[in-house]
Amino acid sequence: MNLLTVKSVGKSYGGVVANHDVSLTVPKGKIVGVIGPNGSGKTTLFNSIVGHHAIDSGEIHFNGQEISALTIPEIARLGMLRTFQQTHIYGKMSCVQNMQISSDIDARWRIIFSPFSKEIDERVDELLAFVGLYKKRFLLAGDLSFGQQKLLEFAMALMKKPKMLLLDEPTAGVNPTLINGLIDRLQQVNEEMGITLLVIEHNMRVIMNLAEHIYCVAGGTMLAEGKPVDIQNDQRVIDAYLGN
Amino acid sequence: MMTKTKQNTLMWLALPIMALAPLLFPSHTTLMTYISVMIVLALTWDMLGGQTGYNSFGNIFFFGVGMYVCAVVQRDMFTSGLDRFERISEVVVSISASEYFISLATGALAGGVVALLLAVILGSGILGMRGHYFAICTLGLGHAGAEIASGIDYIGAGSGMVTPIYPSDAFIGKEFFYFYAFLLLALITFSIFRKIYKSQFGLALNAIRDNENKAESMGIYTTRYKVTAWSISAFFLAIAGAGVGNVIGFIDPVEIAFSGPTFGVWMIVMAILGGKGTLWGPVVGACILYLSKEAFWTYLLGWDKVALGFLIVVIVVYFPKGIFGWIEERKQFKNRVTAQKGSDK
Repeated sequence: MNLLTVKSVGKSYGGVVANHDVSLTVPKGKIVGVIGPNGSGKTTLFNSIVGHHAIDSGEIHFNGQEISALTIPEIARLGMLRTFQQTHIYGKMSCVQNMQISSDIDARWRIIFSPFSKEIDERVDELLAFVGLYKKRFLLAGDLSFGQQKLLEFAMALMKKPKMLLLDEPTAGVNPTLINGLIDRLQQVNEEMGITLLVIEHNMRVIMNLAEHIYCVAGGTMLAEGKPVDIQNDQRVIDAYLGN
Repeated sequence: MMTKTKQNTLMWLALPIMALAPLLFPSHTTLMTYISVMIVLALTWDMLGGQTGYNSFGNIFFFGVGMYVCAVVQRDMFTSGLDRFERISEVVVSISASEYFISLATGALAGGVVALLLAVILGSGILGMRGHYFAICTLGLGHAGAEIASGIDYIGAGSGMVTPIYPSDAFIGKEFFYFYAFLLLALITFSIFRKIYKSQFGLALNAIRDNENKAESMGIYTTRYKVTAWSISAFFLAIAGAGVGNVIGFIDPVEIAFSGPTFGVWMIVMAILGGKGTLWGPVVGACILYLSKEAFWTYLLGWDKVALGFLIVVIVVYFPKGIFGWIEERKQFKNRVTAQKGSDK
């Protein structure tokens, strides 16, 4: 069953066509990768999917529901979250607070004026330990290193118990020794928590190990798709990256 | 940092001192009344300005709205038989003590509710705007309020309104009554805000301050929360306005009700001096600014504005995050040290 289906989505900014007739499907429980040269429209595609901007044409279905007209918070509440290329964390709040606020806040008035429940605090500790930030839990998130902020952002996304995560370059700027740990955790999250992943990645070693199926975007259109091995040997993909 | 029990003991010790203050220093009762007013002003400004990071220059609007709504209720509640145009400005209504207090309470509450509704309507419109754009948008609010009020005959137009005379047969003198009324208002506002800042809602406001895009992408309905915060502030601010109108006894649309250059600016300066986005900052900022303003005015008349300006410059230079912001920073530094020494899970 496909959790996410993107059908011939188009998006242009003025005269610049960022996405044209882009389609992809993400089966439930799988890890799917998106690669492509800089400026090829990967992040635009992510923005379209999560409702950051309205799309010009096409359809986006998540869990059997048309979502292209919904707002970001509405889509987030359906269980699809994204992380950013640059880290987006709450810098002036401690790691614990960052995690707490990422739990599913109940929109009922009576409940939002009460503190966080004990279960949430336990889950915060558990997930901070999972990404290895437990020791630093009372530090301001803004004081963490870039790599640690990425881990924190990843843990924050997990707080929501999402069905699907869209990760925009999870390993960019993370030091090489941390990258292996991060790959392990992504796989663990996928296998143990059953979270479907859609990953944009520039690091070929990472994406080839991680993803079961890869889409290559170039110049705003879908250039190729297939298993990692096929993509690696696809002449069009090589040309897109190196020029011909 | 003080523990919770220590803080509570301190508060319980401070309470009787505050309650007895007008008996100990009767000649300073009005001054102490205004300190409570300023605390409410700074606290309410800080909820959106500090905790949520949305600087508003238009909060004075709700202050004026509360003042006017309350004065109208006080005027009309027990004297509706009179021709309304006879009762404005020149004709001072005299009512009995019980009528005075009932109409004051009703009026203050009505002012709060009207301000809250206006905040919901205005907020839904302009709180969708981010940061600076919102700030610019609020610049005209107070001025607009003054212009509108100056044009409505029902509320005295440009010549303003007079609030009812405090009943001479009341159980307590006017100064004392308003001192305790404002002390109570400040305490209620403070404790409600403290509860809010500890709640999920309070943390959501901080999240909006730190990174609104992220908060939105994590499923927080940011605009709805911002509007709620502004409405809560408007409610308490309007009640404060209702009381201030009665303390002064006369409501001028430009100079008192929608007075941007005085109350409107003070509430911002006080919150920033004490520490934006902290619970105690606005309280301390309000005390410091108002006391030094009064002291400079008494001892340095003529140079008082210069001295006040100098004080603000000194605090901004040496404590750019305000007094409590500086304390929080020290605390955070300690945390960093412990985190380095601390053990892993």
